[in-house]
Amino acid sequence: MKINITNLPSKRPFARRRKVCPFSSDKSPKIDYKDPKLLLRYMSERGKIVPSRITAVSIKKQRRLSRAIKRARFLGLLPYAVK
Amino acid sequence: MPLYEHVLIARQDISSAEVDTINEGLQAFIEDNGGKVGKVEYWGLRSMAYRMNKNRKGHYTLMNIEAPAEVVQEMERKQRINEDILRTLTIRVDEFSEDPSPILVKREERKRRHERY
Repeated sequence: MKINITNLPSKRPFARRRKVCPFSSDKSPKIDYKDPKLLLRYMSERGKIVPSRITAVSIKKQRRLSRAIKRARFLGLLPYAVK
Repeated sequence: MPLYEHVLIARQDISSAEVDTINEGLQAFIEDNGGKVGKVEYWGLRSMAYRMNKNRKGHYTLMNIEAPAEVVQEMERKQRINEDILRTLTIRVDEFSEDPSPILVKREERKRRHERY
């Protein structure tokens, strides 16, 4: 009897805890292209921008974040790629 | 008049005194053409994340400019001619943040930490 995958009880594979966006509270730091230390937290070690589904950043703030990171890269404050 | 945040990177071979003369020249140019320059911050000789046309370090300067758009475009054209300036970035902003930019704040913290020992 072939087991139908759909009716297998699916254990919750991943934490469903709703992560809060680090930028939406009023005390949160402002996104600024002049602040490389803050932007580095949202970049992988290879220098790539970490997707918002992992850092739980809201979509609006993620767009501002990526624009700030691109400006900082243009100014040489952040690397384009880390070998 | 629109507000602009202007960052410029000067070559590492020139001395910081020359960087000041460049800044004063730009300031004078803007003030003559009816603009106003607010905060001018010199971030010092910083090492860059990657080599920018053969320079590993650069003199960084931030300027808060309030001027009509043509004046800013003219200033950028003058900067393109100037070989000492590697790269500039002008961004129109809604309001200036008066407190020192994060790069300077980090340096003061580090300095204060050393003084205690």
